[in-house]
Amino acid sequence: MATAAKPGDNRKINLIGLERTDYKGNVSTLCAGCGHDSISAQIMTAAFDLSLKPHTIIKMSGIGCSSKSPAYFLSRSHGFNALHGRMPSVVTGATLANRSLEAIAVSGDGDTGSIGFSQYKHLLRRNVPMVYIIENNGVYGLTKGQFSATADQGQKLKYAGLNELPPIDLCAEAILSGCGFVARSFSGDAKQVRELLKAAMSYHGTAVVDIISPCVTFNNHDESTKSYAYGKAHEEPIHDITFIKQYEEITVDYEPGTVQVVKMHDGPTIRLKKLDRDYDPTSKMAALQLLEGAHEKQEFVTGLLYINEGRPTLPELQHLPSTPLAKLSPDQLRPGEDKLREIMATFM
Amino acid sequence: MSTVDVQADVQHSAVAERPTVVNDFSFVAATVNGSGSQTANSVLIRAIFKMGIPVNGKNLFPSNISGLPTWYTIRINKDGYIARREGTEIVVAFNKNTAAADLAGLPEGGVCVYADDIPLDRARTDVTYYALPAKELVKQSGADVKLRDYVANMVYVGALAELLGIDRDEIKAALTFHFQGKTKPINLNYGVVEAAAEWVRANNHAPCPFRVEAMAKTTGQIMIDGNTAGALGAVFGGVSLVSWYPITPSTSLVDALNEYLPEFRHDADGAPTYTVVQAEDELAAIGMVMGAGWAGARAMTATSGPGISLMSEFAGLGYFAEIPGVIWDIQRMGPSTGLPTRVSQGDVLSTYFLGHGDTRHVCLLPGTMADCFEFGYLAFDLAERLQTPVFVLSDLDLGMNSWLSEPFTYPQEPMDRGKVLSVEDLKRLGSFQRYADVDGDGIGYRTLPGTDHPAAAYFTRGTGHNANAIYSERPDDWQGNMERLDRKHETARRLVPKPVIDQHAAAKLAILGFGSSDGAIQEARDRLTTQGVATSSLRLRALPLTDEVRDFVAAHERVYVVELNQDGQMYRLLCMEYPELATKFISIAHCDGLPLTARFITEQIQQREG
Repeated sequence: MATAAKPGDNRKINLIGLERTDYKGNVSTLCAGCGHDSISAQIMTAAFDLSLKPHTIIKMSGIGCSSKSPAYFLSRSHGFNALHGRMPSVVTGATLANRSLEAIAVSGDGDTGSIGFSQYKHLLRRNVPMVYIIENNGVYGLTKGQFSATADQGQKLKYAGLNELPPIDLCAEAILSGCGFVARSFSGDAKQVRELLKAAMSYHGTAVVDIISPCVTFNNHDESTKSYAYGKAHEEPIHDITFIKQYEEITVDYEPGTVQVVKMHDGPTIRLKKLDRDYDPTSKMAALQLLEGAHEKQEFVTGLLYINEGRPTLPELQHLPSTPLAKLSPDQLRPGEDKLREIMATFM
Repeated sequence: MSTVDVQADVQHSAVAERPTVVNDFSFVAATVNGSGSQTANSVLIRAIFKMGIPVNGKNLFPSNISGLPTWYTIRINKDGYIARREGTEIVVAFNKNTAAADLAGLPEGGVCVYADDIPLDRARTDVTYYALPAKELVKQSGADVKLRDYVANMVYVGALAELLGIDRDEIKAALTFHFQGKTKPINLNYGVVEAAAEWVRANNHAPCPFRVEAMAKTTGQIMIDGNTAGALGAVFGGVSLVSWYPITPSTSLVDALNEYLPEFRHDADGAPTYTVVQAEDELAAIGMVMGAGWAGARAMTATSGPGISLMSEFAGLGYFAEIPGVIWDIQRMGPSTGLPTRVSQGDVLSTYFLGHGDTRHVCLLPGTMADCFEFGYLAFDLAERLQTPVFVLSDLDLGMNSWLSEPFTYPQEPMDRGKVLSVEDLKRLGSFQRYADVDGDGIGYRTLPGTDHPAAAYFTRGTGHNANAIYSERPDDWQGNMERLDRKHETARRLVPKPVIDQHAAAKLAILGFGSSDGAIQEARDRLTTQGVATSSLRLRALPLTDEVRDFVAAHERVYVVELNQDGQMYRLLCMEYPELATKFISIAHCDGLPLTARFITEQIQQREG
């Protein structure tokens, strides 16, 4: 970990001189044991480890249990708990207005897979630079236990009964919409969540991290495919992922063919150590086949499913200047009086 | 014609007895949608405008891409009355499907100019006919077969030029203007104009009883539509993000932004200092506006009634989370999809209260081209000063039709970016409370994301919050916040544009209106004056209602509230705001898809006044 000691102080600080506590948030009001809280903890750790400047981060969310969580991390960052399913458009506007901001957004399976499905898809088409975390528990918590669109077929819930509809796979949807960073994880797998978040935070474009995050109150029973027990027993990582910062040296040697290294836009690398299967996350077709196969075999695969940094981001497509639109001076905003006279002459 | 009142508001007299009418008549061009008639009509109206004669054009078009009937009415009036009026003295019948009805709609003594391939029953003997060999004239022009249908409309331009005495040099100048100096289309079209004019002259028709004569009443003026004016206002207001979803009749506002922004908004390296995003729907359009406004950029969207409905959720959030943004509503007929290409003022109540829970929004009500331009930039100042969504309620008549105006005045005040704390401010203050009413005007101080100070951040939410922007379900926090928003609304009441008042000490009656109906109201007042009925008038320019409105109402016995909707929405709002004055208000509400007329308003008041 790239931390340095302050002179005369043995507390850990990061490269910009901030302590872990500088990345903390308010005390969570979610249920004790909620998977979302462990994700918040990894967001704080990842931001600290990457030495992100809190004031340049914006924490964005929609509505739902997941969307409450940005209040529980990074208190020194501006936050916006927007409308149910509408976080993508708000992030789009905010990042166009100030392209120097780094957006970390938290959504849920209802927020993204149902009410916000259209905005999700169109955000991905536009490649808005941001981290899009989905805290996916297959159930509506705040309204007390209805099925969400990601619930597996055949699932049973105490009040909602039997789910007879097929799930929407938010990762497959992301890949089909042109997203260039698509990952799935399990909130019980802290190390993988953290490494994926670091990679996502370093990605140039929209990075989707769909994290199965058990709802301890409404969807953590034995038959649930989104419970802690199920996740622990069935999670199949497609590789062992390690994120390596630009300034860190790779010192360990691996046998040829056992590790894939993906170089990212601004210098960092992602090291993917092979596990049981051969998998190339730079292939879109491989990713879709993997997901479809996992559905058929009821497998819970996790890891970096797809990465491709080729697409320009929305601010790049719009050819925006480096000066944020929100910081333009009055002279840059208002054309001169002579310009108005010129225009008026054309209407005479 | 089928969609215009059959009984015309014109003088009735036999053809033979009529003296030639100069600069006081209307004509309508009845054509087929998508046939290029808009070029012909814009050339005609521009030529008349450049002859110095007050003129206004109104396009009555179907919600259709091509093939359905469309009518373009041009009113010429030496006294400057250019509101819509019922009926026209002249019809150009170039659509065989409507020609019979178009002819039937003419008053006695009217003129019918038509293409001779239309089998018109010339049974009416009180009308002067001019049958034009349109096809033959176009053929002779040498126009490519593919272009013939388009240039065919130039036949009636040439015929009217000859019959009415429209200066042919001005026709050519208008074509040059329209085709931006491109020689080939100018010459092709003007060739047809000349051929048609010469044909009319050579075939020795009866003299036309209507003529135009050059005046000097439009000297120095501009001709523009409200959507372009509003877009220009936004450009000069520093708009930096536009997000929108196409919807008639607002689309041309964004088209105009796309036309002007590239020229006037780029940095030294040529990079655009703005962005225009076509959203997936109106939810996303206003969502992007809210995101950008929150982040500190001047952001706007343009829509119409159905889009306003979809924006309701974000309007509620923006009101309560206190985020600036500008929303133009170019009103059309509702409910539902309504008549997308017809005008109304039907979104007054829904927009003022748009949202959920208690919301009252600032709504600007442009009534002139100058208003459209001014509100284009003023809306941003108000939105950022008041930290709230600001709506501009224009309408199709203002937005899409051509109007005369004095050239616009450059903004006199510097931009008002509102209460935004900088890093230096925070260093001095140490901390801040986002939703505290420090100044007693109901408006808190905000910081922008990216402000490099440990105390800068706050958490924005639509849920209950205290002065520190912390989640709160405490009753006193909620109530305190809502009371502060009330104070902010009172601040808005003092900041919004004042009404335009013409008050006569002797007048017991007053007419209160807003928006595009002002021309008809002022013409109606002059008609009433000639009948011995004195009136005052007030044209609202904004909601919330300013104190001048109350004083004005109190000073009159009866106040006629004129508006273009079914329910009398502004009337109801006035009764609600001023219950103690409510018995003074009388509603004149009308909604048939067409702009109001002076005759309608005059008759309504006459009937009620006995």
